[in-house]
Amino acid sequence: MFVLGIGWVLRRVIKNSEDFFLSGRSIPAWIAGLAFISANLGAQEVIGMAASGAKYGIMTSHFYWVGAMPAMVFVGLFMMPFYYGSRARSVPEYLKLRFDEKTRGLNAITFAIMTIFSSGISMYALAKLFELVLGWSFHGSIILSAVIVLIYIFLGGLTSAIYNEVLQFFLIVLGFLPLVLLGLKDIGGWSGLTAKLATVATNAGFEPGAWTHSWKYMDSPSHNPMGMEWFGLVMGLGFALSFGYWCTDFLVVQRAMAAGSMTAARRTPLIAAVPKMLMPLLVILPGMLAIGLHASRGGFLPIGSDGQPEYNLAIPMLLAHYLPTGLLGLGLTALMASFMSGMAGNVTAFNSVWTYDIYQTHIRPGQTDAHYLRVGHAATVFGILASIAAAYSATRFNNILDMLQLVFSFVNGPLFATFLLGMFWRRTTGHGAFYGLLTGTITAALHYGLTLPRGAVPGIKGGFLGAVLHVYPSEMALNFWTALFAWTGCFVATLLISLVTKRTKTDEELRGLVHSLTPRVQEGHMPWYKRPVTLAVGILVASTILNIIFW
Amino acid sequence: MGLDVRFPIGGMFSIIGAMLTIYGIASNPAIYEKSLGINVNLWWGLVLLVFGLVMLVFAYRATKA
Repeated sequence: MFVLGIGWVLRRVIKNSEDFFLSGRSIPAWIAGLAFISANLGAQEVIGMAASGAKYGIMTSHFYWVGAMPAMVFVGLFMMPFYYGSRARSVPEYLKLRFDEKTRGLNAITFAIMTIFSSGISMYALAKLFELVLGWSFHGSIILSAVIVLIYIFLGGLTSAIYNEVLQFFLIVLGFLPLVLLGLKDIGGWSGLTAKLATVATNAGFEPGAWTHSWKYMDSPSHNPMGMEWFGLVMGLGFALSFGYWCTDFLVVQRAMAAGSMTAARRTPLIAAVPKMLMPLLVILPGMLAIGLHASRGGFLPIGSDGQPEYNLAIPMLLAHYLPTGLLGLGLTALMASFMSGMAGNVTAFNSVWTYDIYQTHIRPGQTDAHYLRVGHAATVFGILASIAAAYSATRFNNILDMLQLVFSFVNGPLFATFLLGMFWRRTTGHGAFYGLLTGTITAALHYGLTLPRGAVPGIKGGFLGAVLHVYPSEMALNFWTALFAWTGCFVATLLISLVTKRTKTDEELRGLVHSLTPRVQEGHMPWYKRPVTLAVGILVASTILNIIFW
Repeated sequence: MGLDVRFPIGGMFSIIGAMLTIYGIASNPAIYEKSLGINVNLWWGLVLLVFGLVMLVFAYRATKA
């Protein structure tokens, strides 16, 4: 436990050196890249990916090698010129520049809801950890985490968010690596793991290789644990969800917007893709190890109220199982620090979006700063209370990644269609974007309300509209299809409405915001190996190779 | 000029690494039963120490250039 204290003390000391990140150009490119994925690699991701590794096996790697890689390349090559060139400082601000105030408002609202869920999921995970380590009840643990976050935010804990994130990135990587190595050694290497997972797969009624082959069993939804066939996976996850997430998620994109030059901004996601590609080793493999141990040694993971193993506990259980006093402290510090900042970051984002993009713009403009400050404080408290509610709804999911992706399918899926049309088609109008986005979100809600994952009761997991038209084999399958439906709904509606409404922005106003009206980035003078395109091709080739290795 | 991120990262991991190493030498070997009999505090402490020091060296060299 002693490392726990040290970690905290150091974090306090370091926090004083604020604006070192914004000092800009002196920062090596690889650090900017790390900040980009650190914004994404929260404990949420670690716990969620491990849970998915246990629940769905190596197919979880599609989130990386089918989803994130092409999406990050796309952001770097095609989207960054507009984000960076528009001088917008946030995603809602870009929407305002490109379309109008109401589109920004709608996006701000869905974004605010998303931050509450994200923060709630982190809170749930932190409470679970407290429950396990301190032996408290879940209710007590939730209250403890809420109080800690409140204190953390009011002490001004997020002044240098990007900075902490890079630090946490290393904490997570170096804190978990020994765990993976020990677990792998214990289970007998990759071949030992494959043998154990074959038992898992046959017990669940699949071919022995279903947990260790990423593509082989995707010919039909009934052949793999995720319940997906290749088309739905590539389009739903690879296209709608991943592109939606990496292209429009404010927290992530913002990191690249802080870069020193256009080329640096474009290169940031590309550099980030390199370590991102290797992340499955660190986050999915432990989940697979945990379920392998669960099957072979009996009851490694506790059984949840739904009769399924609690996949979310894969990492915490492994930590407790393998790490002795000392290193255990390092692992727990990494987890807790990351939950804490994950929650604080989302609540703070909620606060600023609510106060500036919604309250000040639409509800009560023209008040004093002190008034908005009070509103901001109230929003923080409200955000934490709402997160508690979200944390309780997370208890219904045995895999927090299922829930996280559900939220993304509502928010980022349709938004990506809006961006795609807005950036590449100058005819897209403000009305088109607004009603299209609305249609997309409603489509998501309809699809979610009319379908269910197998074995779930109607309610928070879907099917609440009375009739259940289709039952998906897994929660994740439902998420992928929700995202795809939402994307399509938004795309079609935006297209049609734009065609029948008048443009409100002239070509001149759209300069730098739309592809055909933006001067091309000149990179011909750079040596070929430094150009973003070269890096992009390398990344795509490497992820293809990884897909083939684990086919 | 802001502070190079490698200084705090290097400093932090050097200290944690050193502490883990010392703890690994001083601790009762019985606690390593769960980690397959390997003194992970000692070995991983050394890894972290080296990582931290390398970071510090690079950060220091960057200030000279």
